[in-house]
Formats: sequence, structure tokens, C-alpha cells
Amino acid sequence: MMQEQIFDVTVIGAGPAGLAAALAADHAGAKTLLIEREARLGGILKQCIHDGFGLVRYKEKLSGPEYAERFIEQLPQSGVVTWTLSFVSQIKRDGTDSILIVITREGMKQVRTRSLILATGCRERTSRQIGVHGRHCAGVFTAGTAQYYTNILGKLPTKRCVILGSGDIGLIMARRLTLEGAEVVGVYEAKPTPSGLTRNVSQCLWDFEIPLHTSKTVTRLFGDARLAAVEIASVDACMCPIAGTEEIIPCDALILSVGLIPENELAESIGVPIDAKTKGAVVDEHNETLLRGVFSCGNALHVNDLVDYVSESGEIAGKAAASRSNCARGLVPVECDNSLLYIVPQRICRNAEKQDRLFFFRSARDMDNATLTITKGGNTLYAKKFAHLRPPEMERLPIRLTPEQLVGNEPLRFHLEDSEHA
Amino acid sequence: MHDTVKSFQIREIVCIVCPNGCRIRCAQTPDGLQCSGQKCKRGVDYAAAELTHPMRSLTTSVKTAFPDSPVVSVRTDGEIEKAKLIDVAKALGQVIVEHRVKIGDIIAKDICGTGVNIICTSDRLMHP
Repeated sequence: MMQEQIFDVTVIGAGPAGLAAALAADHAGAKTLLIEREARLGGILKQCIHDGFGLVRYKEKLSGPEYAERFIEQLPQSGVVTWTLSFVSQIKRDGTDSILIVITREGMKQVRTRSLILATGCRERTSRQIGVHGRHCAGVFTAGTAQYYTNILGKLPTKRCVILGSGDIGLIMARRLTLEGAEVVGVYEAKPTPSGLTRNVSQCLWDFEIPLHTSKTVTRLFGDARLAAVEIASVDACMCPIAGTEEIIPCDALILSVGLIPENELAESIGVPIDAKTKGAVVDEHNETLLRGVFSCGNALHVNDLVDYVSESGEIAGKAAASRSNCARGLVPVECDNSLLYIVPQRICRNAEKQDRLFFFRSARDMDNATLTITKGGNTLYAKKFAHLRPPEMERLPIRLTPEQLVGNEPLRFHLEDSEHA
Repeated sequence: MHDTVKSFQIREIVCIVCPNGCRIRCAQTPDGLQCSGQKCKRGVDYAAAELTHPMRSLTTSVKTAFPDSPVVSVRTDGEIEKAKLIDVAKALGQVIVEHRVKIGDIIAKDICGTGVNIICTSDRLMHP
């Protein structure tokens, strides 16, 4: 029989969300355990050597490892117990406690925790998930894998490559590979507009005269042991390739930056309800899921574009997890129509002490002079104008909502109206 | 008024100072540089520099003598001319770090005569 170790708060994943969550829980007085499967803390930040991290939080332009170190260096002075090279293989529920089976270097351990924080990050979409067909040869990488080869292993994975998808990591890798001496033939995006931040298109592509081709995609791969060429075609409004527009581009690598999906395998194993829009857990404003005592934060909750907000999300979860109660939350549903891609949190506690609530949303499409309205049962509770909204750029919205405004079970409805449609 | 503005060359610049990524429309007029679209003053400064002497910080990695971390990440401790990015990156391709450096340690002084130092941005060599 394994001896059970008992913690108030257990955090799974020591990336930016998990680090912030563990430190916040410890700061609030909770006996906290932080579990990380890799040997080093910091998650994906370890390989994100470009700068721009911490602009919101520290007003500094830090690289990923520097940003992570700001949190890692606080751990020795804290009471947080950290297990690296440790893997959570199973979670069971006992009332609102969670029981974890953890594989560690010392053997299998069992942990009982009052609150569980899932800070498991996200995964990259692969070629299998976007339907790239043809030879299964070497040379097809996700942007994150190419980044790992280049920045951690010090091995350049290509001499001449095509990048498919214009997500931020793809743009960052276009610049990175160029600086290392590789030729980036171009970045190809099936959508009519780039998926990454405008500033990344500017400083990663334009600065190095790397072409960006929108409404084009990769339709076929050629090569035996190693990729030799890809076929590119224009796509129509439905993203279907247009016959006769094909061109063959010789290259030794195809690098994919085609989206990120929150990693929620553990969450789903214990039945945490997932939002179909975010692919992350449904949470209240404290990042507590619909399962009492289970919290979600960072990119596991919804894919962020700034690490500063990931840390903030972890802190919200950590603080709440340390002082949670099982009192009824009085959950009010939060919904959005198709003018928004999503809204987080998806629930608001009517009974919460604090009236200041923090929402995160993305618009469904590019909008100028848009007005956001929040209504409940026909009453407009809030309205705000935005000069520009772009789906790749997440909006952070602090709002004060009084208990009187939250009376009744009608959902809070978020809606965006374009100036053209007004 | 419209025609006067039109006769000057207008360039749209994306500000990279912060995540807002403001699209700034710049026109060189007899009264000086006219900017619109920026949310803060840093945008005007950025646009002015961008039109005359674009500057960038550089982040990259250098080889090490340690098998546990064959490369370590570095960056410039200030900005260098945009046109020198590739030259500096090439020069750093020749550098091999032989000590277990930490965040902030200088890897190369006054790189390529830019007056800017290259500093280490990771503690991975400190924790083998």
C-alpha cells in the first residue's frame, strides 16, 4: 500500500501558468505541490528565446527563459514542493478531493489534494489534423519542434523550407531560421488574413523580406526518405484548393504553424466539462471548473497570445484554489453569439465577494469601430467601443458587475456589432 | 487640405514596441513628421526611428562546450541597426561559450562594432 501524501493545492504543469499558480497558492498559505514531467521548469518558455515576454507585467522586453526565471527563482524561498521528471498517470475523485497517481524517479506516489490546478498547456496541430497528403517522409515538423531542434538541441532542421500557417510561432521561426542561415521560401496561409500578431508579421517577415502568401495552402508532399518538394495551391472562400493554381516548390522541410489546442486529457478523464469554442474547461471567474475543487488556467484553459495573461490566469487559479470553499457559487451562465470566437470565463459566481470580474474574448473576424454589449434578460449591463478587433489579438476586459445585476438565471450575453452593421 | 496630405508620401508602419501592434500612418510634411493611428507617444518615436534609422534587438543562440546544453540563448543588451542583424547573427555563429554562464553575463562585448553587448538569457548552464 502506497503512503498517501496530502496537499492543499496541487498544480500539474510547471510552465508559466503552473509556476504562477503554485506561487500564488503558496503565498495564500496553502501547502502546495507542483508537478512537472520534464527535468527543467518553465514549460515552452525554455525554447522561446525570442523577446517580447513581460511587456505588460514587467514593462520589459524579456526572452522566454528570462521571463520563466522570474518565477523559478522565487521557488526556493517559497514553501512550494516541486517534483520534476514526474508524470500524473491517473486522477480519481473522492468527494471534492482529488487523488493523483504520480510516476516519479523514486517510484509511484499517491497524492491527496483538496484543490487541483490543471496547468497542462496546449499542443500544436499536426499535419494529420489538417489533411496534408502525400509521402510520409522526414522533414515535416511543427513550428514548436523546429524551435526545439534549433534553440535547445542546436541543430538546424532545414536548409530551405516552406512554412504553412501564419501563427505566431511560425512567424517567429521564419525569422529564427533565417538568422541561422536557412532559406525560408515563404509563409503560406490558407485564410485570407494572417493568424499571428500584426507586430510579428512586421518584425519577423517584413524585416527579412520573407513573403507572406494568403489564401494558399500545401496540397501535396514529394520525397522519399526526406521531403524534396511541396505542392502549393490557391484556395477559394471555402478553403478548397483551386484546380490549375498548383505550383511545386523544392524544399527540405515543411514547417507547420496551424494552430494550438488546449491539452485536456487529464481534465476529460475526470469528467471536467469542456467548452467546444475554447477546447478548454468551462470555468467561473476564479478559474474553478464545474467540478468543485478542480481549476484550469493558462493555455489549457484557452490559447493566449501573451504570456503575461497566462501568468495572471495562473495566479487567479492559485489564489482561489488556496482559499476555496464548497459554498454554493450561484453560477450565472456567460454566453456569446457568433460575433465572438469565445468568451472566458463561461460562468460568473453571483455569490462572489468581489464585484470586479475579468473577461477574455476574441472577435470572430476583423472589425473596426465595433461595440461590445453585455445584456442579461433584455437589460444592457455594459457597452464598450473598440477601434480595432482582430481574432488573433485577445482582448482583456475588467468589468464590475453588482449582485443586483446578476439576479435571475438568464445568461449574460456578449455581442459585438460592427459600425457597418449598426 | 486633402490634396496637400496626398502629395506627401504616406507610409504605414506597424509599431513593434508593445503587443498592441498599432498601425501608424506616417507622412513627411514641411511641418515635420505627421503620425496617426498610434495609441501612445512611443509609437511616434518608433515611427520616426523606423523612417530614418530602423533599430532592432536581436535574440539568437550560441554554441557551448557543454553536451548537456549544446546551445544557450543570448540577446543584445540594446538595439542595433536593422541592417546589421544578419551580420551579427553570423558573427555569433563563430562563438563558443566555455564557461557556465548565467542570465545577464556578457558573452561578447561591442559586437561587430555596434557598441552593444551580447548577454546570456538563460540559466540552463547553471543547472546541468
